[in-house]
Amino acid sequence: MINSRAVQISAEIISNKKVGAYNHMVFAVGEIAANCRSGNFVAISVGGSSSSLILRRAFAIYRASLRSDGVGLLELVIAPQGSGSKWLVAQDSGDRVDLIAPLGTAFGIPKEPINALLVGGGYGSAPLFSLAETLKARGCRVDMVLGASTAGKIYAPLEGKRSVNSLTITTDDGSAGIAGRVSEVLPALIKEHDVDVIYSCGPMAMLEAITVISQQADVLHQCSVEESMACGIGVCMTCVLPVEGDDGVIRMTRSCIEGPVMDGNKVLWNRSREIPDGVWGK
Amino acid sequence: MSINFSTSIGGAFFANPIFTASGCAGSGKELSHFFPLTSLGAVVTKSIMIKPRSGRATPRMAETPSGMLNSIGLQGPGIDLFLENDIPWLRDQGARIIVSIAGESVEDYAVLARKLRNVSGISALEVNISCPNVENRGQVFACHPDTAAAAITAVRRNIGGELPIIAKLSPDVTDIALIAESVITAGADGLALINTLLGMVIDITSMAPKLSQKTGGLSGPAIRPIAVRAIYQVRAAFPKIPIVGMGGVTNGRDAFELVLAGANAVSIGTATFGNPMAAIHIKNELEELCQARGFSSFSDAVSYAHRVEE
Repeated sequence: MINSRAVQISAEIISNKKVGAYNHMVFAVGEIAANCRSGNFVAISVGGSSSSLILRRAFAIYRASLRSDGVGLLELVIAPQGSGSKWLVAQDSGDRVDLIAPLGTAFGIPKEPINALLVGGGYGSAPLFSLAETLKARGCRVDMVLGASTAGKIYAPLEGKRSVNSLTITTDDGSAGIAGRVSEVLPALIKEHDVDVIYSCGPMAMLEAITVISQQADVLHQCSVEESMACGIGVCMTCVLPVEGDDGVIRMTRSCIEGPVMDGNKVLWNRSREIPDGVWGK
Repeated sequence: MSINFSTSIGGAFFANPIFTASGCAGSGKELSHFFPLTSLGAVVTKSIMIKPRSGRATPRMAETPSGMLNSIGLQGPGIDLFLENDIPWLRDQGARIIVSIAGESVEDYAVLARKLRNVSGISALEVNISCPNVENRGQVFACHPDTAAAAITAVRRNIGGELPIIAKLSPDVTDIALIAESVITAGADGLALINTLLGMVIDITSMAPKLSQKTGGLSGPAIRPIAVRAIYQVRAAFPKIPIVGMGGVTNGRDAFELVLAGANAVSIGTATFGNPMAAIHIKNELEELCQARGFSSFSDAVSYAHRVEE
């Protein structure tokens, strides 16, 4: 079912700052902030009332907090790639947007202190910093790997870095950190930090690669998947991917309702543009 | 002053003329998080088939100017699980229910009608004969008068009783009034106009079709003038047939346009993706607009654009 705490509101933009290749935006969202968990996302209406952009845009929540005066804040990191996100980052403080939050599943937080490895690709690092804080508060060891094509696309704010024990950066072009992909540094880090759980967010190819590594190393893998959505609330059936359920049946599963955070080992990673064999109802 | 906002489709009564469009609201569960389903005229459920269906591989969707393409492929649990889970839940909500069915053969429609004939709490049946996503040796029932009639005849013969049948037609035809005539003769009590139009988007980076199935159904405000035209043409040909209008309705003004063209009810589809409250806003705006134009009863506004001024 849809996140039971999801609410649709008109949210005021409190601030909008360019950070590298991204925009960090803060919205006043009232009581919603207290109900947001790391991994949840928001769906925002873009383009204004006469826009030709008719579909909502989904964004992972970077952080949700209470300001000292009690105002609930929601922070997003936006990559202005498409026409919708470009419109959003062009809005000013004081403007309002139609926003539904919180949506989707959240990262599972262990009851016991564990060793966690957080892996983000590009703006996929967005939900990982609040997750790191939560895990730290539970006494976990938290190591982080962030990868991107180039240095400008690594999103790693100073305050975020404080909540991790170590930060490893990889870039495809070698312009920052280690040249290469995140998957290349993971096996060594898993061993070095005796990792129990990998938390990941980023492009699907990266999540697939991490799933293979997590299976080889026999560690749990919670990933936040990225399938394009039309509605974000479970009615359009656009954002599906093949996932094995608790009953062992593989179904085309909505990433907006039963995701975005999923058990990586239960996802049938598939980029064939065909429904894989064994999926229910194929 | 409030107006009489009720409507009827082939003997079925609805408290207001705003419905969901099949395939755009599931079976209502998600939308019920935002508003009580009793505030809709009816919930039109996602077209259900005999067997469970995985639907198509992704990408299933491409946004287009004022519209979108979809090729979901009728993903669903199949009629048995639907009757076991979705219908009892909708009945518990007190919602008015229109069940939409889709088949791959004439026999499929007959089987589905038999499965539904004794189910209580259903107000009408929508027969989806126009979904362009279903593989049927390249054929779509709704695109030929004979095959359209064959599907409706199969439902008519097997449904029994008083349950109104609404035939959902495709606008991808040369003469939609001809198809309408054919399904009315076959026993349809009403028409749903219009389904999506077949379209295609090519990604200019990958230089390949954007959707995994290459083509998809176009919906959204981009197709609204086509819906208005189709409804107007069919209404002109059949002054009495109940019509459920749909196609890119985003606000009360759009809904009113379809009503003036001849729609006895208006279904809200793609607008719900942009705003889960769309149907409720549209209902309120349509009621205000009918009142502002001087109608004391919604039914007086239906087909008003066809009037001959004295």
